[in-house]
Amino acid sequence: MTMDFIQYGLGRWLHIFFGVMWIGLLYYFNFVQVDAMKAAAADTPPTGAGITKHVAPRALFFFRWAAVGTVLMGLMMLGDKVDDALFFKDRAYMPIGIGAWLGLIMFFNVWVLIWPNQKKILGIVSATDEVKAKARRVAFLASRTNTMLSIPMLFFMSFSATFHRSLLG
Amino acid sequence: MKNPLDTLTGTVVSGLVLTVVLYFLARAMMGA
Repeated sequence: MTMDFIQYGLGRWLHIFFGVMWIGLLYYFNFVQVDAMKAAAADTPPTGAGITKHVAPRALFFFRWAAVGTVLMGLMMLGDKVDDALFFKDRAYMPIGIGAWLGLIMFFNVWVLIWPNQKKILGIVSATDEVKAKARRVAFLASRTNTMLSIPMLFFMSFSATFHRSLLG
Repeated sequence: MKNPLDTLTGTVVSGLVLTVVLYFLARAMMGA
């Protein structure tokens, strides 16, 4: 097994595996769960308790650790070109550098804004109703920001290999 | 003005606009 196989073969495979899980769950939260919870809260009596208790914590577990796996595999693939990409030193690595920065901002949002606030919302850590209301808004906006950022992120991830060539042609 | 991220449509449209902006930024950075 060569280093190339590990770095680009296994690395790309696992980057996509974790990325699909991360962004898939992000889209589940934003395209499905937010509106489903609103509808469940409007039921008499409210019917969202099962989602809050059983679905959301499990989804958040895979969501945040898939984010770690995605970033680690992405960095492994960049290898010694990581500074060329992140600091835009090499033209050929600029598109993947933009994609990587978008992914890193999203990773920050997951671990610094979404997860700590979700712990308050789900009752994993104690919080007053006022703190919970604020946490709900911060987590919601961070999650929506990630959904927005995922659109250009996926463009630059998928197009980066041919972006440079397309400009030359 | 309402925050576009409060709606799914606003979020997706914002993402598409950002994609176009970053695409032209990348082209400019690469000297195209």
